[in-house]
This record gives sequence, structure tokens and C-alpha cells, in this order.
Amino acid sequence: MTFDSSLLQSLLFQSVNGFASASGLFLVAAGLSIIFGVTRIVNMAHGSFYMLGLYGAVTLAPRLGAVLGPDLGYWAAVACAALGVAVLGALVEVVLLRRIYGAPELYQLLATFALLLVISDAVLWLWGPEDILGPRAPGLSGAVELLGRNLPRYDVFLALAGPAVLAGLHLLLARSRFGRLIRAATQDREMVAALGINEALLFTAVFALGAGIAGLGGALQMAREPANLAIDLSVLGDAFVVVVVGGMGSIRGAYVAAVLVAQVKALCIALGTVEIGALAFNLSRLTLVAEFLIMALVLVVRPHGLFGRPQAAIPHRGTSEAPLRPLGRPARLALLAGLALLALLPLAEGTFPYAPVLALDMLIAVLFAASLHFIMGPGGMDSFGHAAYFGLGAYGAALAATALGAPTPVALLAGIGVAAAGAVLFGWFCVRLEGVYLAMLTLAFAQIVWSVAFQWEEVTGGSNGLFGVWPDWPFDSRAGLYLAALVLVALALLAIRRMVFAPFGLALRACRDSSLRAEALGIPVARVRWLAFALAGTMCGAAGGLYAFAKGSISPEAISVSRSIDGLVMVLLGGVESLAGPVLGATTLTFLKDNVMRETDYWRALLGALILAVVLVAPGGIAGALRRLRFRAGRAP
Amino acid sequence: MRHPYPLRTVFAGVVLMLAAMGAARPSQAADPIRIGELNSYKSQPAFLGPYRQGMQLAVDEINAAGGIDGRPLELISRDDGGNPGDAVRVAEELVTRERVDVLAGTFLSHVGLAVAGYAGKRKVFFLAAEPLTDKITWSDGNRYTFRLRASTYMQVAMLMPEAVAAKRKRWALVYPNYEYGQSAAETFKKLLKQAQPDVEFVAEQATPLGKLDAGPVVQAIADARPDAVFNVLFGPDLARFVREIDNRGALKDAFVVSLLSGEPEYLDPLKGEAPAGWVVTGYPWYAIDIPAHKAFLDAYRKAYDDYPRLGSVVGYATIKSLAAGIAKAGSTDPEKLVEAFEGLEVVGPFGPFTYRASDHQATMGAFVGTLGVKDGGGVMLDPKYVDGLSVLPSDAEVKALRPASD
Repeated sequence: MTFDSSLLQSLLFQSVNGFASASGLFLVAAGLSIIFGVTRIVNMAHGSFYMLGLYGAVTLAPRLGAVLGPDLGYWAAVACAALGVAVLGALVEVVLLRRIYGAPELYQLLATFALLLVISDAVLWLWGPEDILGPRAPGLSGAVELLGRNLPRYDVFLALAGPAVLAGLHLLLARSRFGRLIRAATQDREMVAALGINEALLFTAVFALGAGIAGLGGALQMAREPANLAIDLSVLGDAFVVVVVGGMGSIRGAYVAAVLVAQVKALCIALGTVEIGALAFNLSRLTLVAEFLIMALVLVVRPHGLFGRPQAAIPHRGTSEAPLRPLGRPARLALLAGLALLALLPLAEGTFPYAPVLALDMLIAVLFAASLHFIMGPGGMDSFGHAAYFGLGAYGAALAATALGAPTPVALLAGIGVAAAGAVLFGWFCVRLEGVYLAMLTLAFAQIVWSVAFQWEEVTGGSNGLFGVWPDWPFDSRAGLYLAALVLVALALLAIRRMVFAPFGLALRACRDSSLRAEALGIPVARVRWLAFALAGTMCGAAGGLYAFAKGSISPEAISVSRSIDGLVMVLLGGVESLAGPVLGATTLTFLKDNVMRETDYWRALLGALILAVVLVAPGGIAGALRRLRFRAGRAP
Repeated sequence: MRHPYPLRTVFAGVVLMLAAMGAARPSQAADPIRIGELNSYKSQPAFLGPYRQGMQLAVDEINAAGGIDGRPLELISRDDGGNPGDAVRVAEELVTRERVDVLAGTFLSHVGLAVAGYAGKRKVFFLAAEPLTDKITWSDGNRYTFRLRASTYMQVAMLMPEAVAAKRKRWALVYPNYEYGQSAAETFKKLLKQAQPDVEFVAEQATPLGKLDAGPVVQAIADARPDAVFNVLFGPDLARFVREIDNRGALKDAFVVSLLSGEPEYLDPLKGEAPAGWVVTGYPWYAIDIPAHKAFLDAYRKAYDDYPRLGSVVGYATIKSLAAGIAKAGSTDPEKLVEAFEGLEVVGPFGPFTYRASDHQATMGAFVGTLGVKDGGGVMLDPKYVDGLSVLPSDAEVKALRPASD
């Protein structure tokens, strides 16, 4: 490829295209950023609001068009859809989120995730499975000429709409009383409440505003893409990246980040296949992961995003976490008895042939969740990308077993080694960050690992993955692998318990509760956290290796965001403040999924409703609820 | 303290509900033939809704005619969760708890391959209905797995005569960035280069599935000034792509060949904006004069008051294939079924086709035609049926492609 003027022109033109895409990204991200800034809620349902905006607009446009004429109808539909989504956002805040502000942090995440499941099925039920292509924007359907090329009018409009919303939000925040309250609440929520501001009303308004902007963003895409059921999740990832790169809570940052991401992608697409020496590389493939590469880079260099400020420490709104207690003698005996019963499970294969199969899946989920909980609970480091180590373990074991022909135990060890190496490497970067930024950096690393597995066809089998990863004798029977997994998982859980109550665990908990005091006591905070991160990744790798052998195959899906989210849901469902939490959460979620998927076509909604029920009835997870029950029983006269 | 929820009552309710859901189903008498079917119903509802109706139609027809050797068919259908891990567990559940005689279904390639691997390992008969990947019958093919639908290779090969006849020199390719898109693009480049050695590939855009950034992609293709385009995009990506081409007035004189775009699942959402002149593979249910299809169309419309999609054909032909295979084998024993399926003749909605013994691929073909717009909707004009056998490599060539079988 030669650098002539035509290439330059083409790059210039592509960068104009980039501004249109950037506006789309910005509109989803801005709402997310405002909501997070004030309420500290990581809103997983944000993509769903965007989707609802698009579906709403596509449905309303022809109907309103029939009454008001197509020109007015189109824009009225956009406005109505955005308003409708804002109202829905307010409703969600009042009915659902307001009840759980007292719960430990991240339970709001669980609630909004459940909401995402429910909304996605509700949309399927209301609008059906087929994509719906909306009308084009009246008056903006043609193109204008620029640099000898055609630029669609609607792209020009979109490229301007982003900055217009940015300016509007800026005025709102800088000049109005409502804006001042938002800024104050972003900085110090407690103080705002202490000054007699109606916090509940403020939160509702902010949530409605954020949802409404997302709805507007979706509605404006009506002219460019069909309403379809997959956009809620695909938009969500982009929105998170933009918010984090820009700095959580910073609207200006969100716009700059959106432009950055869109421009890099447009550049990759414009350059196409690039030849460096004999190597030809198709840069367009990079668009799969470009945003996450940018996010990882930005977070490593600027830990709070481009325009973010260090997050003010938010005191827990709920009661502070009680110290963990070692198990008493009766509990230990009960556990041993339970373990013995589990070991006998294969004997029942005649009557319940499916039991070892499901139990094996549960064991793998338990190990996955327990390793995640080790850094989330005692470690206080929320990871949104724990699937990376699951996947590394699985791919490591699968490659060792198939390409190298290693025997099963050796292959499993190889997988664990690969996962450990990954955790040591990524952990070094991650533990230097705090809170949501740490979580997002883990997510970025997980996405990078995912894209490598997805693209490296020769080694990882690309999007299909690797096959024929079956264990050797004696692990090749259902019972054999199950018993091996039972031993491994029991040992790992024991190790976690020992570590948590050992001096290392105490140091880790000290770092979580107050890193300043821990540092003053002579605890090397970063190193303790790093070690914990590496250990968690190692154990997670064991879960991944087992998974590869249990399924006989491994595909990039094992590293996907949805698996990381599954892990989070398991930990939160079980209860983050108890060591039994991840065990309860993982078994419950696996069991629920298995049954719910069989029960109804709308299993996602049912699963979401069940999770919502748990969150509302037992904020603090199943383990928290059990503890409260016991506590109350102990107090009863 | 105020307790807004009677905790104990709620918990008792949850426990009761769980117990009810977890209870094992009483196993039925061994009389009916049990078909265990799994598919990504939740993640691919547009294709699999009609697919399920097609299956049910075939089951009803067969049972109304007295079943197979007096035994009725019983369909046990499950969602595979859209990922290989859940799919293998669901397959295990069907085999161990439901004690099904055969497995069938799957849509996504990686899910299909994982279930095929499971079938090979546990020696269960598996008919992969929909996954397109070449690997399932070739590089990762095994003794117990057969596949119904025309593979990626076959779909590309069907478009080849038209692509060559267009005599264009500068081709651009656009495809979703995963195995299906990649292997379609590879096959296309290989086959076209063979037929037309002086061809030049001037642009290649691999876009993230479901997240096509249409503006920059269309512009990059237009900037390469191709005189022909090979498209593999489908679903929402296709709609974005088509609308953006129109908005930019791009690719006006380019000749476009496109995979699967004539299937009602992907064509109908485009309505009047269907790109006229594209040469596509698909399913023009409105313009097929095969007698077997006429009967199928009438029965389908009578049963569901709707027109069939391609999914309906696949679902219907899946069940018909299983019924024919079980009847020929005279048993549901996996070994006997494998032998019966090798060379099995089936009459489907597109007429008779065969399951090849060499690579376990069905020869059911597809239609190739040119897109046009009629009455505000996209249609395929002058569709021609291309027999699958005519585009498949010979038995000898296939043998080298199947190292893992048997």
C-alpha cells in the first residue's frame, strides 16, 4: 500500500465517518456515566434501555407517521421512545433499585443483570423474533458530497447530535440547580443527604435521565440499523469501555473516549490489509477487540481514565461486614458427612443417571465461583474478567491433551500453569487499581485473551475451538471424572479456607478494609493483593481444565463476558460476605439454569425473575439470608 | 425492626418450587421412538421458531400414518443455551435421563461440533440439522454424526458458476469475523482463483458479528473500487450494510454475490429495500414447482396459517430423515442406524436426496437466484435448484479430508 493523496483523502473521509459512530457510542455511554457517577450503580440493563428505545421508535414511527405525517411522525417517535424509556427508568429505580441501596455494593449490579434478562425476553414476547427495519429519517435520507465521496446526511446529523447532547448536558450540569445537585452527589453523596436534599427524588431523576439518553441513542439508530434482540449486550460492552476510558462520571471524558474508540476502529477498517514485509495482516479483524485494547492501554497509563478523578471512598451504606469465623466442630462434621455422601453419588447412577453429570457441572461452577470469591470477598477486588483464567486453564489443558498428547493429570496441570502465568501477568497491572477501574481492567484483559483465542485459528481452533479433549482412563467414565473433580474441588476449597484464616488471609483482609493502615503495619499491600490474584487465577484454571475434559471440547465462549458475569452472579447470589456463599450461589445457579431451561421458552425471564426475587428477599445473598435466619432463631425467646 | 417480607414463608415457597422442578420425570413406557432434539432456541429465535414448527409437522404426519413399524415418534426438545458447555450437558441429560434413541438439532457451528464430539465419544447417533461448518463432516467428522444442511463449502460452490460468468477482475470480500465467514471467504477465493487465475482481491473486510460499523466498512470497500463483491453478512449486519450502500450511492456498478441472503429469515426484514440484482442462495418458497414442495407448502400453511421459512424446511427434513433411517435400520441401535444412514435416500421438501456414505453429508441442495423487489418485498427471481451432490467433492477427495472418522 502506498501513501498517496487518495489514501490520505480516504483516511480523512473515514475520520468524518468516525464522528458519526462516536455520537452513537457517546449517547449510550453518557447515561451510564451519569448513573454511575451519582448512584454508583453499574447498570447492566443500560443496553436494554437502548434496545427499548430502538424498538419503541421503530414501532411508533409508522403509527405516529399516519397521524402526523411521515416527517413529524419520525421525530415524534424518536422523542416519545426516549421519554418512554426515561419513564421506565424512573419506574425501575422506584420499584426495584430503591429497595436495595442498603445492600452491599454490586448487589445493584445483580439486580440490573436480572432486569436485562427479563427485558430481553419481554422484547422477544412483545415484538417477536424477526428483525424490524425502521423508516429512514425524512429530509436526511440522501448524501452530501465531500472529498469526492458521498457522506450520508444522517451521518452528518448524528455527528452533530453527539456534541449537541454533550453541550446540553454540560449546561444542565453547570448551570441548573439539578445539575449542581448531581455534581455534588457525584462527589459526596452523604453530604448531599445531610444537607436535606431529597436523595430519593434525585436518584430517581438521575436514573430516568440516564435511561432516557440511552433510549434516545437507540431511537436515533432507527435510520441505520434494524431493531434486533442482540443489541442490548453488544452495546453494553462498548458503553462500559467508553465510560471507563473517559473516566467514570465524566461526560466530557465519555465524548472524548467515544471519539477515540470510533476513530481507531474507522482507521483499522480504512487501512484494511496491511503488508509489513512478507506478513499480511488484515487490520479490519482488529475491530473485534480494538476498544478493549484501548481500554487496557489507557487504564495502565492512567488508572482513572482520561478525565476521571480518584474515586472518593464511599462508606458502605449497609452495615459493615462482619469478620469471618472459622467453622465449629459440628459444622466440620456435617461437612465431612456431606462430602462422604457426595462421594457415594455415582452409586445412584442406576436411578439418577443424570446426577453425576449435573453434579460435575456444579463442582466446576463451585470452583470457578470460589476462586472468584477469594479475590472479591476477602480480597475486596471485584473482577469482571475472571473467565480469562478459566479459559486459559481450559485451553492450556486442551492443547496439552490434544496437540502434545499429555495424559489427563499432566494436561490439567499444564492448564493450571497457563492460567497461573496469565494471572501473575495480568494481576501485576490490575492490583494497582481500585474499585470499578480494577474490575474493568480485568474485563479488558479477559476480552484480549478471548480475542486471541477467537482469532488464532491454527492453535486455538478459532471461533469453533478445540475438540476431542476427552480424559483418559480412569477419568473417561462419568463417575471417574466426577470423583476426581470432587477431590480436586474439596482440596481447593480447603486450601481457600486455610489461606483466609492464615496470616496471609488476615493481611489480605486488612488490605481490603484499609490499605493505608495495612501499609502502616508493614504489610506490602500490592504484593499481598498480587499473590491473592495469582492464586485465584490458578484455582480458576483448574476449574477451566476440568471443564474442558468434562465437555470434550473448548471454545472461546468459555472466556466470554457472559461467563465472567455468570461468575459474578454466582458469588453475589450466594453472598459475598461468607465463604459458603460461592458454593451456595454456584450450585443454585447451575441447578436453576438446568431446570429453568427445560421448563419454558422464556427461561431467561424466569431466571431473571428468580434472581430478582433473591435480591429483594435476601439482599446479601443466600448465605446472608441463612445467617440472618439463624441469628433471629438464636434471639427468639 | 420492620420485616417487609415474611422470610420463612418465601423460603419455604422457593424450596417447594425447586423440589417440584428438580423431580425426575417418570420414564415412559419403551414404546415410542424418542428423538432428543436440542437447539439454540433462545439465541436464534427467528430461524428456530419456524424450524420447530417444521419438525412438529413432520412428527404429526408420521404419527398420523401409524408411526414407524407401529411405534409413534416422540419429540423431546431442549434449549442448548447457545453454547457448547451447556449443549453437552443437555445432550447428556437427553441421553441419560430421558433415554432418547437419537440426538438431533443444533444451529451454531461450535455447538454442533461439540455435540458431534460427544456423540462420537459416547457412541450416540447424532443428526446435525443446521450447523454449516465444513469441519463437522470433514476434518472433525466422526462415525456417529451426519449433517443435513448444505455446508458452507457447498453454499459457496453453488454461487461459483454465476461469479465466474460475471467475468469481473477486482473483487472485494466482506464477511463476519468468525469461522463461518472466514471459511466462506477462503473457499470463495480458492475456487474463484482456480476458475479465473487473473482475478484480484482488492479489499477484505472481516467485521465483528452483529456489530458491523456499516459506514466505514462500505466506504472502505467503495474506496478500493471493486467491480464485484462477495458478501457473507447476514441478519442485522446485512440490513445495515444494504442501507448504507444505498445511502452512500456506493457500489452502483458492482456485481454482488451473497450467501444465504435469499432466505426469508434474512430477506424479509429488508422489505422494499432488498438489494435488487444480487445473486444469492436462498429459499424462494413462492416460486418452487417441485411436487414434494407443493405438498409440504400446503400442509404447512394449513397447519400454521403462515408461509414456511428455510428453518421450517430444515426441521421437517430432519424428522423425515430420522424416520427414514430408523425404518431402514429396523431398529434404533446406533451402529445399525449409522449403517442405514450411509447411502440413505430421503424425500424432503426439495425432492429426493441422499446421505453420502463417504462424508455423512446430505445432498439436499439450495436455490440460487437474483434478488428483485415485488409488491414491496424482496424476492428471488428465476430461482434454480442446485443439487447438493453437484457441488460436493468426490468420495475419494473427501476421504483425505476426514482423518478423524471411524
